[in-house]
Amino acid sequence: MPTGFNLNYLIYLFQGMGWTVLLSLLAFVFGGLGGFLVMLARISRIEAVRRIANVYIQVVQGVPLLIILFIVYFGLGILGVSMPPLVAAGLALMIYCSAFLGEIWRGSVEAVPRTQTEAAECLALTRWQVLRDVVLPQAIRIATPPTVGFLVQVLKSTSLVSVIGFVELTRAAQVINNTIFQPFAIFGIAGVMYFALCYPLSLWSRILERKLNVGRR
Amino acid sequence: MSVAVKLEDVHKSFGAVEVLKGVSFEVAPGEVVAIIGRSGSGKSTALRCINRLEKVQSGVIEVCERQVNDAKLDLRALRQDVGIVFQSYNLFPHLTIAENIMLAPRRVKHITRAAGRALALEKLAQVGLEEKIDAYPEQLSGGQQQRVAIARSLAMSPRVMLFDEVTSALDPHLTGEVLRVMETLAKGGMTMIVVTHEMGFARRAADRVIYMHMGTVWESGSADILTNPQTPELQDFLANEL
Amino acid sequence: MTYQLDFTSLGAYWPQFLAGALTTLQFTLYATALGLVIGIVGAIARGSHVGWLRLVAGIYVEVVRNTPFLIQIFFLFFGLASLGLRMPIFVAAVLAMVINVGAYSTEIVRAGIESVHPSQIEAAESLGLSRFQIYRDIILKPALERVYPSLTSQFTLMMLMSSVTSQVSAEELTGAANNIQSVTFRSMETYLIVGLLYLLLTLLLKAGFWGLGQVLFPRRRRLGTVL
Repeated sequence: MPTGFNLNYLIYLFQGMGWTVLLSLLAFVFGGLGGFLVMLARISRIEAVRRIANVYIQVVQGVPLLIILFIVYFGLGILGVSMPPLVAAGLALMIYCSAFLGEIWRGSVEAVPRTQTEAAECLALTRWQVLRDVVLPQAIRIATPPTVGFLVQVLKSTSLVSVIGFVELTRAAQVINNTIFQPFAIFGIAGVMYFALCYPLSLWSRILERKLNVGRR
Repeated sequence: MSVAVKLEDVHKSFGAVEVLKGVSFEVAPGEVVAIIGRSGSGKSTALRCINRLEKVQSGVIEVCERQVNDAKLDLRALRQDVGIVFQSYNLFPHLTIAENIMLAPRRVKHITRAAGRALALEKLAQVGLEEKIDAYPEQLSGGQQQRVAIARSLAMSPRVMLFDEVTSALDPHLTGEVLRVMETLAKGGMTMIVVTHEMGFARRAADRVIYMHMGTVWESGSADILTNPQTPELQDFLANEL
Repeated sequence: MTYQLDFTSLGAYWPQFLAGALTTLQFTLYATALGLVIGIVGAIARGSHVGWLRLVAGIYVEVVRNTPFLIQIFFLFFGLASLGLRMPIFVAAVLAMVINVGAYSTEIVRAGIESVHPSQIEAAESLGLSRFQIYRDIILKPALERVYPSLTSQFTLMMLMSSVTSQVSAEELTGAANNIQSVTFRSMETYLIVGLLYLLLTLLLKAGFWGLGQVLFPRRRRLGTVL
């Protein structure tokens, strides 16, 4: 006979929430590093490099995260490396983030007027100096609102790693529901927890966006 | 160095459109040359070819003893010798005026921050804007921004300065302050090539005037050609400018 | 340990792969059509003069956009089941997708509506058009035309997201893959094939939306640029 929802379950959910946050941060940091490289490759002067990066983005954005997750999970198994689910989950999310962030950031870099690059090049700066001192500082301002917005996407995406048995918030909710079967209450609470993480970021992104638009006028 | 800048039979096309159809002229060190002409005459393109913002299809461009059209050209060395000021100023909006001016000297010539600031102050004094050293570009008027852009170029101690319609984006009452800075620079012996619509400036400051028409040098000579044009096209152009 | 990828044993399962892909496509088409309707209704509600309507639409959009799709499905599927309400998985999956994509569409369509200049509406009013006519001809049509690329990329994302419905045993492409790998034990090969199939579906959908756009919005085609 299933018992009701109690404090232990709530604590279990909060622990899951902690893992969701940690996993999101891992995915964002490593995905960000990867995304930076993807962005650099997309604006490279070498056409082959640009093409390869583009194929990478198209493939990652054209396949569900769930499938990427399975491929990484079983792929690591095939390679004979026994890894905790955290690594497979982190790696899959990193791949996913790198493609999306790379594309967001490429757009931001290209939104910096071409004349800025031209002026900097005419002052004899190297390509890297132009990027670091002139383009990136301006691109960061443009990139911040969509990047914060993408963070919401990352948080929500981490729910998928529950399918390979990693106990984050969604998995924790599932485990509890399997015991006491009160889906409305449990998934409702989990939903509220996700909302509490995501909504402030959504708002923040919108405020940043508005500020940026005002600044540009 | 007997010739600062030399163009010889330069051809340049954008796609199927030939913009420069065999342009040739020379500029001696210390000379101030004004290039005038209608929009679409190729005058800005010719200027941009000199520091290789545009690559040409054929012809010879020689700047400070460097072959600009050479594949082995050290582009950054060329850019150190040639400064350029644009119509739209193109200051870096995220940097203060001081930082705008010292960025390139610090990165390229590796001077210290203190020396960079001293240099910025010196160049700002030259354009009369010392008090704006810590302002951001958007706090300045168009004319002031353009003077800062000139100071920024000067800070790299170029041997040749290019000016690409630098007053065209300015309100009429702001053009004067920019033109005065340029005239002072001209008197100081700077080699200057100035693409401009300001006939008054050409008359006062230019050693030589080049009138470009349909992608070629149509007529050139001392500033006298502005009062005594030889070709009907230049006559027509001057009549419309005034 | 060396592992040899072996796709031969999967050859016999191509009908299952195909059926899964077709189901995914079916899910997507239903959800696109219904999601667009919700998007338009939601966008109108978001811009309505009626306070509570605006509020309800606003809450709907924010709740959906700030919680994971997987949680939404579990809530809906297991929640309704706990009330004794059993519906076919197909219906539950499409319902969840429609609710989800409807919220995103609402925001996209709203952005399109807001980009219609007020002077356009004034001009229409002064021509004596009714409110319904103004909404249909002056506001919605140009708005949809403008946000068509964002809408279609959202629908493409939703096709990819439909893979999540496999978690409540929907038999779409990912669900088919889960079944196939559980009997063949060729997990890696199965998911590689399915990944490729999704990639093809993505391309197919993009091409389809592009073609549809050419037919629906001849102005865009003639101008040859984004509006």
